[in-house]
Amino acid sequence: MKARGMFKLLLQDKLALAAAIYMVFICLVALVGPELLGKAAVSINLRARNAHPFHIESGWLYVLGSDSLGRSILARIIVASRNTIGIAAGSLLASMLVGGCVGIVAGLSRGALEQIIMRAMDIIMSFPSLLMALIVLYVLGPDPINIIIVLAITRLPVYVRTARAEALEIRQRAFVSAARVMGAGRMHLAIRHIAPLVLPTLLVIGALDFAYLMLAESALSFLGMGVQPPAITWGLMVAEGRSYLNVAWWLAFWPGLAIMITALCANLLAGWFRIANDPALRASLKTKAVVNA
Amino acid sequence: MTGYILRRGGQSLLAFVFLLVLVFFLARMTGDPTNLFLPMDAPMDQRIAFAERHGFNAPMYVQFGRYIYDVLHFDFGQSIFQGRPAMDAALNAFPVTLKLALVTMFLAMFFSILIGSLSAFRPGGMFDRIASMVTITGASAPDFWVAIVAILVFSVSLGLLPTSGMGSVWHWILPVGVLLIRPLGLMTQVVRASMIGALASSYVKTARAKGASNRRIIFLHALRNSLLTVVTVAGDQAAALVNGAVVVETVFGWPGIGNLMISAIKQRDFAVVQACILLTAFAIFVMNILIDFAYTRIDPRVRTT
Repeated sequence: MKARGMFKLLLQDKLALAAAIYMVFICLVALVGPELLGKAAVSINLRARNAHPFHIESGWLYVLGSDSLGRSILARIIVASRNTIGIAAGSLLASMLVGGCVGIVAGLSRGALEQIIMRAMDIIMSFPSLLMALIVLYVLGPDPINIIIVLAITRLPVYVRTARAEALEIRQRAFVSAARVMGAGRMHLAIRHIAPLVLPTLLVIGALDFAYLMLAESALSFLGMGVQPPAITWGLMVAEGRSYLNVAWWLAFWPGLAIMITALCANLLAGWFRIANDPALRASLKTKAVVNA
Repeated sequence: MTGYILRRGGQSLLAFVFLLVLVFFLARMTGDPTNLFLPMDAPMDQRIAFAERHGFNAPMYVQFGRYIYDVLHFDFGQSIFQGRPAMDAALNAFPVTLKLALVTMFLAMFFSILIGSLSAFRPGGMFDRIASMVTITGASAPDFWVAIVAILVFSVSLGLLPTSGMGSVWHWILPVGVLLIRPLGLMTQVVRASMIGALASSYVKTARAKGASNRRIIFLHALRNSLLTVVTVAGDQAAALVNGAVVVETVFGWPGIGNLMISAIKQRDFAVVQACILLTAFAIFVMNILIDFAYTRIDPRVRTT
């Protein structure tokens, strides 16, 4: 479906539109926020120590309160958004790209290679992703690149399976046979004919996966096996705030809320995207029927 | 049917063996496994002695053989911090996690069938919309944060429930409640979808034509078919449930296998981490086989192939 038609559809669905606006906003924040507020996030202000939220005597940056060193929570949330969203987006891209390619290869090659790939995916699927990530990061060390790779690997099976299933179906179609008869090589078939048709499906799954990956990264950070201090992510902020739960609830509350709102918007948008991409369901968007089908 | 069970069992076994090998090579990939087993500030002579005692200087295939031998003899090395075999520590913590997971799974199945069926009865209706909004919010909420906020509200502010530990029934409410969120949301959606399909089928139309009540149609005719999907999804959710259990046990201080593993990671007690991972993998392996078996019992189509 054309991008413009999509946009028109989006304007008609208020909930999805709100989610889309929020996602654009938070991506902008992640992009430019750390440059603007990087200093404010680390500047220690002992006079504004443990400031309660909703009081702005010390400036609007303290609207969400401050931690035991007097650092603004709002500034820290904004700075942490880059790591949180960047890692989720990075692992999403990596798993989608690699998974898509491997899946198409599996679907086109059949035979032993396909068996090996699919059994390997079964193995990854059958084990708790968080445990796998924890042990790998424990051994290899939790730096951002390792985190992205590990998270990408845990989501790989979803894309491989989907891409393979799609490729299997597409290769039966007449235009692929026609291309083959005209002498198209395997490579050419995969890239020019199969991949463009597999991509939309992968994008739909990828949209749904973003929230999942963000939650997984946050859980890793929370457990101490994600990004390490002094770098910050939302999950890490919740973990740090946990020790002050009795005296300063806002330390753990706001970053967690940021995770939840972002994940919720991502999920809402992904749900809408899935329906908008499905010709059979798209009509329901226009008649304002069930959105959350 | 035996062919099916054998094939699926073989697959699960393969996954387990692969994990065994992976854990071994992961530990060796860092160059010196002593770094993993000993604390960072361990003195040099202690390191050398440790490496010698565990044969880390031997060729790789000798080490691998010894590792497999040890695993087959249920010897996973000593926990450095607990002064007892690592597997004992893991086995000790295991029942706690198992109980937590079983109770949660049972509740998730019960409520997902209830809510999913009621939503499916009038798709797009008030109940359905509220239910789907709640489940999508639940799927977006980070479980560790929900756990913390729940402690904040129910334990710190209201003083109704204990903050952590286990003992009375009251200790179970928050951990199970938090752990329930993820599988409940997913399973409700699955039940809803399969119920919508079932309610549109001809046997339901027949039942309706014969004058059966709505309640009878939902809970007697259509439900049987959606049970099948619930069992399938419940199986897939088991691995995800372990993820949740790690977080929940850590926050609520439950002495389960997730808590043990996280504290072992923080203390850099690799023998215990390894034992926990392998025990969990084994438990999932056994559970997969059980689910496949249950599947053949419920679905006659699988039984005949």
